[in-house]
Amino acid sequence: MAPPVLVTDHWYDFRDLGNLSSRLLESLADVLPQGAVYVLAAVIGFVASFVIFVLPSQLFVGVYGERKLIARVQSRYGPNRVGPFGLLQPIADTIKLMQKEALTPKSADRALMYAAPALFVAPCVLLFAVIPFGPNMVFADTSVSLLFYVAISALPVISAFIAGWSHNNKYSVFGSVRMVAMAISYEVPLVLGLLGIVLFTGTLSLQGITIWQKELDIWLVVLQPIALAIFFIGVSAELNRTPTDIAEAESEIVAGYLTEYSGMKWGLFYGMDIGYALAASAFAATVFLGGWTLFGLERWVPPWIIFIGKTHLFYALFIWTRGTLPRLRIDQLMGFAWKFMLPLALVNLVMVATERMFWVEQAADDSVVYVFALVNIVAAGALVYAWSRILGYRPEDYPTKARLVETAGGYVPIESAKGGAQ
Amino acid sequence: MEGVGAAVAFWTLAGVTLFAAAGIMFSRNLLHAVLLLILTFIGIAGFFVLLSAEFLAMAQVIIYVGAIAVLVLFAVLLTPRAGRDNGESKMLLPAVLLAVCLGAVVLFVITDTSWNTVPSAPAVEHEPKVAASDLGEALLSTWILPFELASVLLTAALVGAILLVRSPEEEAEDMPS
Repeated sequence: MAPPVLVTDHWYDFRDLGNLSSRLLESLADVLPQGAVYVLAAVIGFVASFVIFVLPSQLFVGVYGERKLIARVQSRYGPNRVGPFGLLQPIADTIKLMQKEALTPKSADRALMYAAPALFVAPCVLLFAVIPFGPNMVFADTSVSLLFYVAISALPVISAFIAGWSHNNKYSVFGSVRMVAMAISYEVPLVLGLLGIVLFTGTLSLQGITIWQKELDIWLVVLQPIALAIFFIGVSAELNRTPTDIAEAESEIVAGYLTEYSGMKWGLFYGMDIGYALAASAFAATVFLGGWTLFGLERWVPPWIIFIGKTHLFYALFIWTRGTLPRLRIDQLMGFAWKFMLPLALVNLVMVATERMFWVEQAADDSVVYVFALVNIVAAGALVYAWSRILGYRPEDYPTKARLVETAGGYVPIESAKGGAQ
Repeated sequence: MEGVGAAVAFWTLAGVTLFAAAGIMFSRNLLHAVLLLILTFIGIAGFFVLLSAEFLAMAQVIIYVGAIAVLVLFAVLLTPRAGRDNGESKMLLPAVLLAVCLGAVVLFVITDTSWNTVPSAPAVEHEPKVAASDLGEALLSTWILPFELASVLLTAALVGAILLVRSPEEEAEDMPS
């Protein structure tokens, strides 16, 4: 598709840093020997992305902001010792982690244990390749970037599995198995939810979805509220965020697949958990919140600042749920994926398909999307209410006895249970 | 795609894929073999990208790496003797025989097919790319019968799996008493 006419292609147009970097590389390609320009591009990309995204987002919003905000949610102070307002706490933590001894159990599978953290980091970096930060600021603008995101975000599950298996520790394997089971369950409604987006916009490209939302002046969050809810819950289950972090539930299985890791190897997992949450936030900001557009304001404010702001907004939602909700049990989570989210995703898909058919077949005006938005919001509210109040079972407000014991037929002494089974 | 970058990418991918495929054969550890299998799948997805078939590459990663490989990992975990030194195999001779036969068939197909090689002309660059929507339309119009047959096959597999894992107690529960 044609790139949107938003920015001029002068190198000094800082609304889009893509101009500057491409101009710089083009002029240097003639001077430098062949191939060296790729190295230079890598260095520039590293420095630029570190300064404008990784440092503020990963370190300060991700590590510091998360701890501080959760502390506020839970009526604590949070980090406030190192530096002004505790701002240097993440740096102090990193130095501590680097100095720490990285223990390896004797019976562990050494090669796999060393490979797992590296394999966990790589997909996170890859995910940002397709995220459009601005009109020209997208590294790999392929036509299937939405699928790319779905495909690559399935890879860390395998790394976590390797991590858990390599320890030769039963709690680690429990964590791995839980992680894989969750990933399989939540992938299905998540992809079905995203299918609704693709049906509406008719493109698999993230840049295309952003431009679609810009042209119709509507965010997909109002057209697809169910898809957003499904994506948010599904992704937080896949990423092991707290309401759903049963793969490393420290009250049940020491630390899941991270049990035997220490030092910077653990630090990589911790940092990349935040990295994946940021990538998911960036993806959601692109798909649901209009990406780098803001109803015309992107002419005056650099689009990449708008985009990073939206990413942080979504990430704050992750932090909020993490600070507020208690951890769920694994059977509750599995039941939720298969009995609640999957039917909802299917209903949403049928709704979207019907609306899209109507739109195309009747050759309706583009303003019909506002009607669709209204219909979908009402339908989403009605469906969630119906599923939680009428179709599902009503939770007891004041249970008189433990439900599971009652369902199992009361307490049975061991002796008689043995006798009964034989 | 052409040029030095593509050549480097091709040979790197070929090396990695072949190394991983050989590793599956020679690895004594079942779990290492599965992980190398995943690496092979990813290498093949890389070849699809080199052939400008991005959709196929993504589908390969989603289906084979994201779904099938994870299921295989699960199966390995549930296998009783998938320990760390799972190496003793008593089926060496039949395996070698089967491998030789399979290799002969593949070799025959490779040598017998007349490969349409595209002359290395710059005209290739402007070839229309196959979009994901084209694939979808072809799948739901021209190839609708195999598509539906595949779904019937999958449903049969699902029913079969449920039948296989049902315990006698569950069977008794569903019987009209």
